[in-house]
Amino acid sequence: MFPEYDVIVVGAGHAGSEAAVAAANLGSKVLLVTMNMDTIAQMSCNPAMGGVAKGQIVREIDALGGYSGIVTDHTMIQFRMLNLSKGPAMWSPRAQSDRMAFAAKWRQMLENHSNIDFWQEMVTGIVVKNKRVVGVRTALGLEIPSKTVILTNGTFLNGIIHIGEKQFGGGRAGARAATGITEQLLELGFESGRMKTGTPPRVDGRSLDWDKMETQPGDENPGKFSFTDTPKLEKQIPCHIAYTNLDVHDTLKTGFDRSPMFAGRIQGIGPRYCPSIEDKIERFSEKDRHQLFVEPEGRNTNEIYVNGFSSSLPEDVQFKALRKIIGFENAKMFRPGYAIEYDFFQPTQLTLSLETRLIENLFFAGQINGTTGYEEAAGQGMIAGMNAHFKIKEEQPLILKRSEAYIGVLIDDLINKGTDEPYRMFTSRAEHRILLRQDNADLRLTPIAHKLGVMNMDERLARVEKKLIGIKSIGAYLEKYSVLPDDINPYLLENNSAPLKQKGKLIKVLARPHLGIDGLRENLPEFDQFLNDFDSEIINSAEIHLKYAGYINKEKEMVSKMNRLEDVILSDDFDYSQIKSLSLEAREKLETLKPKSIGQASRISGVSPSDISVLLVYIGR
Amino acid sequence: MLQDRTSDTIIAPTTPSGGAIGVIRLSGNDSINIVNQVFHGKDLSTQSSHTVHFGTIRSDKNQIIDEVLVSIFIAPHSYTKENVVEISCHGSDYIIQTLIQLFVKKGVRMAEPGEFTMRAYLNGQMDLAQAEAVADLIAADSKNAHDIAMNHLRGGISNDLQGLRQKLVDFASLIELELDFGEEDVSFANRDELRKLVAQIQKMIRQLMDSFKYGNAIKNGINTVIAGRPNAGKSTLLNALLNEERAIVSSIAGTTRDTIEEILNIKGIQFRLIDTAGIREAQDQIEAIGVEKTMEKINQSAILLYVFDVNELSIDDVKSDLNNLQRDGMTILVIANKIDKSNISESVFNELEYQIILTSATDKTNLETIKSKLFSFINDGQIQSDQTIISNIRHQEALQNAHQSLTDVILGMDNEVSSDFIAMDIRQSLYHLGTITGDVSVDEILGNIFGKFCIGK
Repeated sequence: MFPEYDVIVVGAGHAGSEAAVAAANLGSKVLLVTMNMDTIAQMSCNPAMGGVAKGQIVREIDALGGYSGIVTDHTMIQFRMLNLSKGPAMWSPRAQSDRMAFAAKWRQMLENHSNIDFWQEMVTGIVVKNKRVVGVRTALGLEIPSKTVILTNGTFLNGIIHIGEKQFGGGRAGARAATGITEQLLELGFESGRMKTGTPPRVDGRSLDWDKMETQPGDENPGKFSFTDTPKLEKQIPCHIAYTNLDVHDTLKTGFDRSPMFAGRIQGIGPRYCPSIEDKIERFSEKDRHQLFVEPEGRNTNEIYVNGFSSSLPEDVQFKALRKIIGFENAKMFRPGYAIEYDFFQPTQLTLSLETRLIENLFFAGQINGTTGYEEAAGQGMIAGMNAHFKIKEEQPLILKRSEAYIGVLIDDLINKGTDEPYRMFTSRAEHRILLRQDNADLRLTPIAHKLGVMNMDERLARVEKKLIGIKSIGAYLEKYSVLPDDINPYLLENNSAPLKQKGKLIKVLARPHLGIDGLRENLPEFDQFLNDFDSEIINSAEIHLKYAGYINKEKEMVSKMNRLEDVILSDDFDYSQIKSLSLEAREKLETLKPKSIGQASRISGVSPSDISVLLVYIGR
Repeated sequence: MLQDRTSDTIIAPTTPSGGAIGVIRLSGNDSINIVNQVFHGKDLSTQSSHTVHFGTIRSDKNQIIDEVLVSIFIAPHSYTKENVVEISCHGSDYIIQTLIQLFVKKGVRMAEPGEFTMRAYLNGQMDLAQAEAVADLIAADSKNAHDIAMNHLRGGISNDLQGLRQKLVDFASLIELELDFGEEDVSFANRDELRKLVAQIQKMIRQLMDSFKYGNAIKNGINTVIAGRPNAGKSTLLNALLNEERAIVSSIAGTTRDTIEEILNIKGIQFRLIDTAGIREAQDQIEAIGVEKTMEKINQSAILLYVFDVNELSIDDVKSDLNNLQRDGMTILVIANKIDKSNISESVFNELEYQIILTSATDKTNLETIKSKLFSFINDGQIQSDQTIISNIRHQEALQNAHQSLTDVILGMDNEVSSDFIAMDIRQSLYHLGTITGDVSVDEILGNIFGKFCIGK
């Protein structure tokens, strides 16, 4: 019934969908297997894409030819560029999505890809021959042959949902859990763990008193995620901000004795940065209120997502507490919040290509690796999909450097350090975040995708080249032209900047705080005319490159310094067990993880700087 | 190959030659067995760790080489964490050499300089800073140097820097909180407080940096060159300061042809006094070489004692000499010599921009003043003996770089640069301090944030 596929992707969430596209975009024949064709690319938690560090990841995925950015642009209902006051490396696009439209658009785009087939069924195991995966086994007893398999099971592996004292199996509310895979992987020698995450109640928008809440509108001039010609967002829907209060907290406390978390029924480890509301009031009891973001779920529904109110308390306690929130006095609940526990596999069991060390041609991506977030999942899915393809073609895997992409930081962290809690990306995790900006994701990554042979990249590469030329010529103009004091001083004084006493180079003026290209062009007609030839995206990027050149160059120098350690190669057959001077932990970790370079070795948790010195001594440096 | 060089048995004398007792150390897993082969007394292989045994060591021809005390240290309870044997023998070079040759014949290898310490480091006995401190300890030949090295060994420098590092971690956390969680309902530290914190950290760093000159002086000694025209009394001054007839003195100008170096210990600091040939138009080729060497020594010195004969030179001569001798970063002390033959008053020299001491080297007047002046150049009283003192150039560089990065932080704030760039300089300073104290990881910063602030929607 089935041909032998190049790649079978198990699971069609954010990781699975991007994995399927990535392999298909390189020419592989892909089968996407999901338990439910109607829930492809579901937003199981909040209806939003992007945010700080995550928005940069979506831009990177787009630059590499993935679909997350395009789908988001088509289906968002609000766009905000976060962190505008914090500097260009922090600018982070965030979209409020129409949940149903998002999933529908994803399914449509996947169905339009000629290299992707679909099959709806639960995969219960993989088929392994001689330590190599050769297909999957389904609940109906089918064996579907494939050269490679990518597991993206999300929270479905032995998922257990907790609401108060009730608990039942499930992969998310309304969906069955997946069984069989964990057990088989354990037999094959993998080690699994348990994690926990949670989601807040959804309420009926008709029952809320919007006037009692703060309005949070979208950007006046909304941006977008994709570097391609996706439509500009029209007609935005605002979000709202509400607050808990001591009344709410007291009501929640009445349910603590029935909380699955406090009672110890939940064993999995939850994320510290995404605590449930009961966790927040317990741990930060001195705070008398917590902020809530009241987010619409779409254009054609009244369902509202109460961001910040994640809870696994009994549904009646959730309901009573919600009604104590100002603006929520008459709230009706659509669905209760819940916590979910699921199996994950320490990602240290993978190589940097996301292939497992134990079973050849088997790849893992997404929450199965202990991460959280759509963006983190999608980024891994994309890399796993590409590397499954390269594995078949016997080509080098794509391994993005930490200085190249957040996706590189993400995977490098996972493989070298593992994770003790659901891993979420933060900009602080990237040592070179000045270089990993949302405005230059295309410059960083599209040339790589083009070179690797990703479909339809010619036009994108041409755009990148145009952007580079634009940045250069705007830079050349600013270097060359001087401005007269009379022409610019009014603008300088207006912005509390010292007036010029004599002619000065424009580039010097731009470098001053509070001044920008927009202000310069408003005051200098000639410059304005020159800029008319360039898209606003190019001008914005040029401004960042030129205004902050000092810092950017300093960061680049640091990268090249760090890369010296990356260039000290460690061979796979290096016998760490013989080096008694390494700490026991370092010896074991190095032996299992087999780092490719001293740089990678230095990032493995348990490997100390003195262990690195020892290694350097041994290899003669 | 490498493997062998870190696990075989090595040997070296651990005491300098010339003492009454010599100690030879062997380290390596076979060390006890090897010594046992030639030791006549108890069976060493059955003895417990940290025991001392009397006996004789005999040659292959069963001749007694020496009566010895053998100390046994069984791995890992030894300095190198390997089996270690220390043999105390009579302190004759001949005996020590014969014993070492005996063991080399048995397959033991001569240790390279610092190899015991390297093994201690490789085997995890100490960290890099401690290993460096041991190297310093071995080289330390004055009491103060020994104190500094011991202080490092006990982790003194790490402890001081640990406090500093924690302050920086807190500081970095505040900025990272602002960057990664700007959308959250948390309040951020205001810039004035950040500035205060940076100033505080910089002050701590500066204190450590200031101690470097002192620490370095204690460790390496200070090159102190005595220079001046021929027959100014330089050699007489050297002898007077050392209180011995070290240099040949005569009334003939140009008696000193070659440079003479001697250590003068003032309150624990070693001043390497360098007596030089007088500077003048050379009368012959040998003297010309002497003058050239004088110039070379002047260039290598931190302190210059300029000696002149008050009866011979005018104030303008002195000024012109000093102009020629002054180097960047050099401290000059002017010694007006032979005042016993003159009735000149100190006020004559008021217009000189240098510190001046009137003396008569022959009569040994004001020698203590010269010594205390020299000491004050190195330690002006601000450094207490129990303070952590930086004596390692690598540490000093790291502190300098960290200080610079923090200055960049302030500069960034002055220019109202956005927080992402300020954070970059903070990270740099953390990185530099981390080279001494160990890395500051992102996980540590995030942990700090999650512990202190309620994050998360």
